[in-house]
Amino acid sequence: MAEYSLKTPLKDEDIKKLKAGDKVSLTGTVYTARDAAHARLVALLDDGKELPIPLEGQVIYYVGPSPTPPGKAIGSAGPTTSYRMDPYAPALLDNGLKGMIGKGARNDAVVDSMKKNVAVYFAATGGAAALISRSITSAEVVAYEDLGAEAVRKLTVKDFPLIVAQDCQGGNVYEEGQKKYRKE
Amino acid sequence: MKELEAAKITEVVALLCKEANFELEDDVQDALEKAFEKEESPAGKEVLRQIVENSRIARSEQIPMCQDTGLAVIFAELGQDLHITGGDFETAINEGVKNGYTDGYLRKSSLADPIRGGNTGDNTPAVIHLTLVPGDRLKLWIVPKGGGSENMSRIAMMKPADGVEGIKKFVVDNIRAASGNPCPPVIVGIGIGGTFERCAQLAKKALLREIGSKHSDPFYADLEEELLGLVNDLGVGPMGFGGITTALAVHIEVAPRHIASFPVSMNLNCHAARHKYIEL
Ligand code: SF4
Repeated sequence: MAEYSLKTPLKDEDIKKLKAGDKVSLTGTVYTARDAAHARLVALLDDGKELPIPLEGQVIYYVGPSPTPPGKAIGSAGPTTSYRMDPYAPALLDNGLKGMIGKGARNDAVVDSMKKNVAVYFAATGGAAALISRSITSAEVVAYEDLGAEAVRKLTVKDFPLIVAQDCQGGNVYEEGQKKYRKE
Repeated sequence: MKELEAAKITEVVALLCKEANFELEDDVQDALEKAFEKEESPAGKEVLRQIVENSRIARSEQIPMCQDTGLAVIFAELGQDLHITGGDFETAINEGVKNGYTDGYLRKSSLADPIRGGNTGDNTPAVIHLTLVPGDRLKLWIVPKGGGSENMSRIAMMKPADGVEGIKKFVVDNIRAASGNPCPPVIVGIGIGGTFERCAQLAKKALLREIGSKHSDPFYADLEEELLGLVNDLGVGPMGFGGITTALAVHIEVAPRHIASFPVSMNLNCHAARHKYIEL
């Protein structure tokens, strides 16, 4: 379990050294999107239209934060379950997306696309939303305001605590970690 | 006849919706701290460290421990000698949910139409399970329920011949398949018997019990312990990263069943197991 500090935008050489199970502390810009925003982004790509956010080297965080209380940058902001974004992720990866943050394993199509495009899937701790909100220093809605909690936000993060869940070589912390502790 | 103002119900529900989301109850907090001490997997231990710290931050800053502040599930036992005045029961509860979720900056996750969508804007309606009981008190359990763990919940209409072995296989197979999705360590609520809908409700009710409590019938208490062992042997671990802590507790609730049916249900709760109780 190696430990790395990474800055966005992510480069191929950053991603190639990461192995499933490594700890990463991420600093820089991260965009948020969940199911509804993904559907819209991929529809735009299908129509050959321009996206409201850049994808090249970027990281998308699957989160729908709770409302921002007065005096805070953002409400509680832990990851949502990633498999719901699996149908959309390959199209975004093909267009330059380098990192995704969520919780729970991804399907084979996403893994194949991560290998092909040199991308990484990080897991944040589900439910550690108050803790994670402390590493988000600013948040601004940049698209789809009508989606409320599901709107696309541009976040500035500092030392966001992550685990490499699935790496670009097919390494998978869920499979490898669970095998080690299974007593059957 | 004893009277209770509907406005009082609204006030209490609003307060408890917030408290439930800000302050993890001691039974869950203690179980998580113990799990942190014992966990052998480095990634699993790191997750538990974050979770324990997270609930401390949420409590001290009065912010939601998880951004998914859930649908407001409310179990109520209403004494039949209690008269609610100045409004109706369901409206009083829903007003409370609306006020609590709005003032508390809690997330509104309720879609008005399951297919066509449209956020209700205030997290109503609550999911209310009401029973009428003897006496003149109102007992309320406020259990905000997130989607991640709810989505990994299952029900099976088994054959009576499947028996206890069938139940074990159902639970173990589904928790293995759920992997990290329900935010383990989880609390496993199991319903056995009843009809289709009663069985699902039993599993939800099983989540109201405190961690560490045992079923009053030793037969089921033993089965709870055995299932907890089997689930933890899966090695799923905190957030599915591998480890010895997959579940903090298994709680079973049972009901009589039809001779031809054997319904078994499993409702998972995540480590952000929010529950508050009050008696009015
Ligand atoms: S499963 Fe529970 S802890 Fe995880 S994101 Fe949902 S509500 Fe939060």
